[in-house]
Amino acid sequence: MTAFAQTVFILVVMIDFFVLASSRLKAAIGAVAAQGALLALLPILLAPQELHVAHVLALSLGALLVKGIGIPYLLRWAMREASVSREVEPVVGYVPSLVLGGLGVMLAFAFSATLPLPTPEKHPYLVATSLSTVWTGLLLVVSRQKAVSQVLGFLVLENGVFVFGLLLSDFMPWMVEAGVLLDLFAAVFVMGIVIFHIHRTFSSLDTGKLSALRD
Amino acid sequence: MTLHALARAALQLALLVLLPPLLPGLVARVKARVAGRQGPPVWQLYADLARLCRKGEVKSLTAGAPFHLGPVVGAAGALAAGLLVPGPGSPALLSFQGDLFLLTGLLAAGRFATVLAALDTGSAFEGMGAAREVTFASLAEPALFVCLLVLSRATGELSLSGMLGPALPGAWAQWAPALLLCAVALFVVALAENSRIPVDDPTTHLELTMIHEVMVLDHSGPDLALVLYGAAVKLYVFGALLARLTLGGAGQGILSGALGLLLGLGLFAGTVGLVESSMARLRLVRVPQLLVGAGVLSLFAFVLLVR
Repeated sequence: MTAFAQTVFILVVMIDFFVLASSRLKAAIGAVAAQGALLALLPILLAPQELHVAHVLALSLGALLVKGIGIPYLLRWAMREASVSREVEPVVGYVPSLVLGGLGVMLAFAFSATLPLPTPEKHPYLVATSLSTVWTGLLLVVSRQKAVSQVLGFLVLENGVFVFGLLLSDFMPWMVEAGVLLDLFAAVFVMGIVIFHIHRTFSSLDTGKLSALRD
Repeated sequence: MTLHALARAALQLALLVLLPPLLPGLVARVKARVAGRQGPPVWQLYADLARLCRKGEVKSLTAGAPFHLGPVVGAAGALAAGLLVPGPGSPALLSFQGDLFLLTGLLAAGRFATVLAALDTGSAFEGMGAAREVTFASLAEPALFVCLLVLSRATGELSLSGMLGPALPGAWAQWAPALLLCAVALFVVALAENSRIPVDDPTTHLELTMIHEVMVLDHSGPDLALVLYGAAVKLYVFGALLARLTLGGAGQGILSGALGLLLGLGLFAGTVGLVESSMARLRLVRVPQLLVGAGVLSLFAFVLLVR
C-alpha cells in the first residue's frame, strides 16, 4: 500500500512540474483534473487500520467529484466561452518558473522530515508533496497573466492544502471536509463569472488590463 | 588472461564497433512502418558508409586542419565512451573509479571538435548551427551528470560498470521511483544529445529546423562517413546505458548479457521511432524548457534518494 501511495505522491509532484511548464490551457486543465483524481485515491491508500469506511469513502468520492470532474468541466467551459487556448506570455517565463518550482520541491523534500508535526506522519512523502504543491500553486497564481491559469494555480494550491489536510483526516468530521469542497466549488464558480466579466469588458483574459480601470 | 575473458572482450568490442549503424536503420524502419511505408532496409547505413568511403571529398577553401579533426575526434570520442559502458555484461572493457566523468568528458570532447570543424568552414550558417548545438548541450549535460549521480548514489558505486552491474537490481528494489525518473530524464537527454525529434529533426535540410545537421553540411566523402558513424556510436552508447538501466542490469554473464543488451537496444530504437512518429519537433524556444524539465526530474530523483 505504501509503495502505491509513494507512486501517487510522486505523480502529484510530476503534475506540478507539468502544469508549470505547459502553455496550453487545455493540457494544463487536464493535468489538474488528473491531479484531483489522484488525490482522491490518497484517503483510501492512507486509511488507518481501524477504518471508518463511510468517512474515508466520502472524502475520496467528494474529492473525485469536485476536483476531478466538476471544476475541470467548469474551467473547460470558461475556456471555450472566452476562446482562449494558451497562456501567451507569463510574467515569469516557463524555464524560470520550472527552475523555481524545482527549487521549491527540492527544499520541501529536503527539509520536510525535520518539521515538528502535531500528529504522526502517515507517509514520509506526505508533507513534502503538500508543501511543494502549495508552492507550485502560489507560483502559478502570481506569475500567470490569463485569468484561467490563475484559477488553475488556485486549484493546485488547494490540492496542496488537501494533501496536508489528510494528516488530520482521522480527527476531522466529514462535514468540515464537505464544507471545504463546497467552498472550493463556489470559489471556482465565482471566478468563472469574474472571468466571463473580464472577457466581456476587455475582450481578452489578460488580468494586466484590469489596472487600466478607473472609478 | 583466460580464454573466457578474451572471448568476452572480443564480443564486447565487436558489438561496439559493428552494431551501432544498425540502430538508426531500426529507428527509420519503425518510423516507416508507423507511417505505413515499406522504408529503407535496416542495414542502409552500412551501405551508405561503404559508399561514402569510396568517394572523394570537396572542401571549403577556408577550411584548415580542425575541419578534419571534427569527424575523427567525434567518432573516436564516441567509441572510447562506448568502451566504458558495460554493454553485454558487466564489467565493461575499461572501468575504474569515477569513469562516469570520463564518459561525459569524451562526449563533450567529440562535440567540441565537431563545433570547431563547423566554425572552421567559415560559413555563417554552420556557425548558427554550432551556436544552437552548444546552447542545448549546456542544458543537456547537467541533466546527464545528475542522472549519473542518481545512479551512483542509488548503487553506492563510482564506476559505470559497478553502477550498471550487479548492484543495480538491489537499487531497483529499494529506489524504484527515483530510478524510473532518472531513466525518463536520461531518455530525454539521449534524444537531445543524438539530435532526435522533439529537439532536432535528423531528416530535414531546412535551416529553421536544423541543429546538428547544419554543422556537418560541408563534410563529404570519408569525413561524412565518420560523422555518421560517430553519431550512430553515440546513439549506441546512450541506448546501452538505458538498456542496462531499465532492464535492471539483467544478465551478468556473457550470453545473457548480450541478449539483454540486444533486447534493450531494440526497445530503445523502437521507442525513439515511436516518439519520432507521434510528435512534432518542438519550436526552438521550447527546447530549453524540455531540457530544463529533464534536469529538474533528475534533480528530484536525487533529492528522493538523499532525504
